[in-house]
Amino acid sequence: MAVKRRPLRTKILLHLGLLPFLIFALFPFYHMTLTSLKSDRELYDRQAVPLLIQQGPTLEHYQKLLWETGFLVWTKNSLLVTLLATTISVIIGTVAAYALARLKFFGVATFGTGIFVTYLVPTSLLFLPLAQVVYWLGLADSKWALVVTYPTFLVPFCTWLLMGYFRTVPKEVEECAMVDGATRLQALTRIVLPIAIPGLVCAVLFAFTLSWNEFIYALTFTSSSEEITAAVGVTSELIRGDIYFWGGLMAGGVLASVPIVLLYVFFLDYYVSGLTAGAVK
Amino acid sequence: MAIGSARVAAPPAALGIRVRELLDRERFLGPAFVSPALLLIGLLVAYPFCMAIYFALSNAFIGRPSQFVGFANFINLWESDAFRQTFQNAFVFTGAAVAFKLVLGITLALLLNQQLWFTRLLRGAVLLPWVIPTALSTLAWWWMFEPLYSVVNWTGTALGVMDPPGPNWLGQKYYAMTAVVTVNVWRGLPFFAITILAGLVSIPKELYEAAEADGAGPISRFWHVTLPLLKPVLAIVVLFSTIFTFSDFNIVYVLTHGGPINSTHLFATLARQIGLESGQIGQGAAVSLYLFPVLVFVVWAQLRFVRKQAY
Repeated sequence: MAVKRRPLRTKILLHLGLLPFLIFALFPFYHMTLTSLKSDRELYDRQAVPLLIQQGPTLEHYQKLLWETGFLVWTKNSLLVTLLATTISVIIGTVAAYALARLKFFGVATFGTGIFVTYLVPTSLLFLPLAQVVYWLGLADSKWALVVTYPTFLVPFCTWLLMGYFRTVPKEVEECAMVDGATRLQALTRIVLPIAIPGLVCAVLFAFTLSWNEFIYALTFTSSSEEITAAVGVTSELIRGDIYFWGGLMAGGVLASVPIVLLYVFFLDYYVSGLTAGAVK
Repeated sequence: MAIGSARVAAPPAALGIRVRELLDRERFLGPAFVSPALLLIGLLVAYPFCMAIYFALSNAFIGRPSQFVGFANFINLWESDAFRQTFQNAFVFTGAAVAFKLVLGITLALLLNQQLWFTRLLRGAVLLPWVIPTALSTLAWWWMFEPLYSVVNWTGTALGVMDPPGPNWLGQKYYAMTAVVTVNVWRGLPFFAITILAGLVSIPKELYEAAEADGAGPISRFWHVTLPLLKPVLAIVVLFSTIFTFSDFNIVYVLTHGGPINSTHLFATLARQIGLESGQIGQGAAVSLYLFPVLVFVVWAQLRFVRKQAY
């Protein structure tokens, strides 16, 4: 296009058009953070302005959250489950994706379709019978139930995402290596994986995010305070009988989102590219 | 590796044998590579799915042996008001949410596709609701809709568009549905916008130049160039979103628990309430299975129209 320089006015109008979208997207986070920093006195003062902190910020909700609730245990559980489930799923997904992208063998097409179908199965379709399976495995009310079940949605996802990346690696590079005497496995670990590192980073990030954010399985398979994850702990254990729990609840929401926000800030471009790879729930 | 070194030592004349050996390996390596995934899917997806069907056809109850009852669960469900309400809710919720996400998503993508300041920062901000755990961000919305201290109502009153005290968002039927749809749109919009943006970027600039040279204005360029070329992307996004909106659990569970009087229940939340909270697993599994036809439709449409190539 002949680069036409837009007049400044048009450009400002464009940004103004974006403003409602930005407010819509960000306001809940702003309000959540703000609430978590307000003293109870201001929070429940109906004359106060809810959009600002006027009586000084306070960390009392955070202190209570960390020292008087099980928040740290829940976060530890979340980290354990997420790290294990992510590792297992990325490994299983990598080998399966490589087989789908490169190898010819009996039933490969059927398997590929199977992975795709599983990838679309929503977790809310199977949580009841899975609860029964978890019980049979002796994992009822245990965080290990989550380590075992999370790969059911992470593996199809990783496989699907990585298959796309592996296909972009030219076949010839690998064939050259194998003509030079490398085995298939060596070709995979030394040639294909290093080239597909952006894909692997994407798979790890998305698997981490999906399992950190998972809710229905965690809510169904675990219940005691020592076993639940951060999302379940915050939504179910911080709500007390009276109405004055909002400060602590919002503090929990903010803190339990921190790991994801950190990853997001550092790897924003991977999130965008992974999302646009059509690889998303 | 012994075989490897033997192969390296083999003279070039053995090329044919080497290729055959490779094929053999592939035939072995392929199944070996997919078997962990296959085992997992078989054990924890396919098997539970069969169990779901069995449960749905039985009178399974937590901690009690079950008997086959045929389609009794499905018939009972159709006779219950809660289920019929849920059935209706699911379509209203999905239809409204997907429509809003589509229209707003195209608008937002068109805006983001312009030359802007702080492009990366803007994209980051827009994508944020999609990354944060839904169960937690929905808590923020819950607080924003709290009847006494609702910041939405406070702002509305301050701007003069609402009469104080403003609507009781989560306590009244239609307002509650509006609230859950709003949160779902909020959460799903980034996926639409960013994916559609990727589609927009891939449209060749020359087409716009040609259309412009033919005298097409911005609106006609949108209808005759942008929209037709975006169709495949839009189809993928809408199909994906349909299945995951239809099966949504988190938002409704946290925001309304299905209330008031079942007016926001979806299949997933009702299945949990019937199957776990009142212990009728059979009945609950039957509710869950109503998600299945939607899944079948989406899979079929994806395989048939969107991805010409199987898998």
